Amino acid sequence: MPSFVNPEKCDGCKGGEKTACMYICPNDLMVLNPDEMRAYNQEPDQCWECYSCVKICPQGAIEVRHYADLAPMGGYVQPMRGTDSIMWTVKFRNGNMKRFKFPIRTTAEGSIKPYEGKPSPDASALDNELLFTETAGGRPECKPSDFD
Amino acid sequence: MALRNKPQWELLAEPDLSKVPVEEHEYDAIIVGGGMAACGAAWEIGKWMPAGSKVCLVDKAALERSGAVAQGLSAINTYIGENTPSDYVRMVRNDLMGIVREDLIFDLGRHVDDSVHHFEEWGLPIWKQKGDEGKKLTEGGKPVRTGKWQIMINGESYKCIVAEAAKAALEEMGYDLHERVFIVKLLLDANKENTIAGAVGFSVRENKVMLYKTKAMIVACGGAVNIFRPRSTDEGKGRAWYPVWNAGSTYAMAMQVGAEMTMMENRFTPSRFKDGYGPVGAWFLLFKATVTNGAGEHYVKSDKAKAELDKYAPYGHAAVTPTCLRNHLMLFEMKEGRGPIFMDTAAALKAFLDEKKASGMDDKQLKRYWKELESEAWEDFLDMSVGQAGLWASMNIEPEKVGSEIMPTEPYMLGSHSGCCGIWVSGPNEDWVPDDYKWGYNRMTTVNGLFTAGDGVGASGHKFSSGSHSEGRIAAKAMARYVRDNADFTPTPAQSADELKAELYKPVVTYYENYKKTTDEMVNPNYIKPRHMMERLMKYTDEYGGGWSPYYMTNGHLLEIVMKHLQMLREDAEKMAASGLHELLRAWENLHRIWTVEDHLRHIQFREESRYPGFYYRGDFPQCDDKDFDEGGWKCFVNSKYDPKSGEWTCMKKKCHKIIAD
Repeated sequence: MPSFVNPEKCDGCKGGEKTACMYICPNDLMVLNPDEMRAYNQEPDQCWECYSCVKICPQGAIEVRHYADLAPMGGYVQPMRGTDSIMWTVKFRNGNMKRFKFPIRTTAEGSIKPYEGKPSPDASALDNELLFTETAGGRPECKPSDFD
Repeated sequence: MALRNKPQWELLAEPDLSKVPVEEHEYDAIIVGGGMAACGAAWEIGKWMPAGSKVCLVDKAALERSGAVAQGLSAINTYIGENTPSDYVRMVRNDLMGIVREDLIFDLGRHVDDSVHHFEEWGLPIWKQKGDEGKKLTEGGKPVRTGKWQIMINGESYKCIVAEAAKAALEEMGYDLHERVFIVKLLLDANKENTIAGAVGFSVRENKVMLYKTKAMIVACGGAVNIFRPRSTDEGKGRAWYPVWNAGSTYAMAMQVGAEMTMMENRFTPSRFKDGYGPVGAWFLLFKATVTNGAGEHYVKSDKAKAELDKYAPYGHAAVTPTCLRNHLMLFEMKEGRGPIFMDTAAALKAFLDEKKASGMDDKQLKRYWKELESEAWEDFLDMSVGQAGLWASMNIEPEKVGSEIMPTEPYMLGSHSGCCGIWVSGPNEDWVPDDYKWGYNRMTTVNGLFTAGDGVGASGHKFSSGSHSEGRIAAKAMARYVRDNADFTPTPAQSADELKAELYKPVVTYYENYKKTTDEMVNPNYIKPRHMMERLMKYTDEYGGGWSPYYMTNGHLLEIVMKHLQMLREDAEKMAASGLHELLRAWENLHRIWTVEDHLRHIQFREESRYPGFYYRGDFPQCDDKDFDEGGWKCFVNSKYDPKSGEWTCMKKKCHKIIAD
């Protein structure tokens, strides 16, 4: 059904301001049922299996059951996303397992200072074609005739 | 059991419009969209807008995971590095069968690396060659190139990182970010001809219409998906190759206000691992895998394949065969009964191990090497197409033991990947750019104050993630210049807030007026559900517009029929019904899909040749004619324009300039 929610683990993000899966789903699929305090995928056939909800869920309550019209039962791919790496467990239909770990970022989450140490171009520079981090001369200002 | 004539959604839409407020905002500039292009724009714009300006980014999703890079990527496909922007133009031009805006591509080529360098600075892990580990690109670190233009990354968090920088930039400037607001319509100015004055949308979290007045805007909300019948038959249609939430909004909203479109006949039908649509790039380029037909023959080297490529010279004779022609060869094999097409993953991986064995690696080293290789192969899927990894696991496929089928997908429309449909925009205001390619503001459409980037810009494909980010930056700077030059302009949308609210919420009113007239809310003769609109659209585009089921073939007669169906579908869209906010989102997305496809098919109808064999064919004009525009040929752009006043569509030819020599 693409992503699905384990009702024993989901706590509806405890009625907090944001339900994590509902906050993150790029396709507006995950939604909280406030009576049951459980989330669910409201339109499974529009799920991209992008795993954004699976990765963000603080309870590890969301998994993916792969598309019923393509995939035989029993395959399973589940991530554990940390701050600098992600661990994947891949379970095959025949029971074989593989595990992989990949780095995801080299800086601390929330540490990006997008303008720190960057130039603040003069307002007159608005009329040239340089982007604010680029300096005059060199490739950003080149023309086709430079390569003739 | 209760009768099924009840609204089915968790967040219900409000049919009593007196209870639906219109929240009005005034900005100097807004950015509509949340993907790579929009994030690039959000970062760049802060440094250029006049002091005290008000800016807002409006995203229908959450910036952290919105757009095509939501689940990550395993490579950055455009990094110029040691190459030149001129070579980049040559590559794109050949891949897109000669008809591209060389000014836009060259311009992108000179700026794109700066974005990549900043991704790395912000924390994106970029693979380096042995000996250069830990050395940044800007410090001379050599990336792992899989092809001339591609570099490998650990990209699971690519979008999160880029979005974090964009968000932090907006915050530092005191600009606004409105998430979960779906902009559905752009607004022209009541007083100034052909000039943008605002946009309107609604919240998908509460019953609220959002009305923006603005001097200028960038619209960058991706390409179009779920516009042709998918190969999947049920819930697998979510596993679209391109993100399923890309609904053609960029194109539809721009054309509705009269923006000139270009090369909308172009489409992309990528050949990918069958059903899971996992990427093949790394398998071709990094692992050097080959494709075979059902008999195990390397068909691309056959005489028959060469004869097919001869038909499409000079493009078919290029050192790198254009993407559409590679598809053509695949389709040719399948139609001749020699399918299926296989990616020989096992042989490719074995070749790597054999090579290491021959070079004297012992068993222990070999085992360690294999672990690395296997991990790289799986990461390629897990970083960007987890569903494919799931499918392999479900099918017990281990790539070192068995190959996998490759299949061309259903068609998609986009301007940033190996496709080039989109909006006709101005190039940079420089001497080397032909006069008919520029009108003052880089990446501005033919509507004053309306800019676009990424999938929105037509005739300049192969930007990919990094190029879309850079193009967002280029557009943002130009937009700041436009705002400065039009400081006195007071945007005045032609429609009132109440008129717009009634238009946006019409599907809700229609639903609640009619849903009790039958015992099942899905079957009701008084309205059409968004789901049904999409299904009908996909059926007809497939059968008549050259979808996968007729092997991408159409002709003038078939196109006439599909136009009639689209006409009726647009009339039926007046009776769209939505009971929940999510369904209202779907209703408007599907309206955008219909408009986008209609323009696509109008272009195919107008262009009397088959410019992209392998992506689509016109049976009545099967040739790809390289006679220039000046000699009456089709080596030219096809542009189209919808007139918002008369409701009429026109298609026209435009000259294509060759700026970079062969």
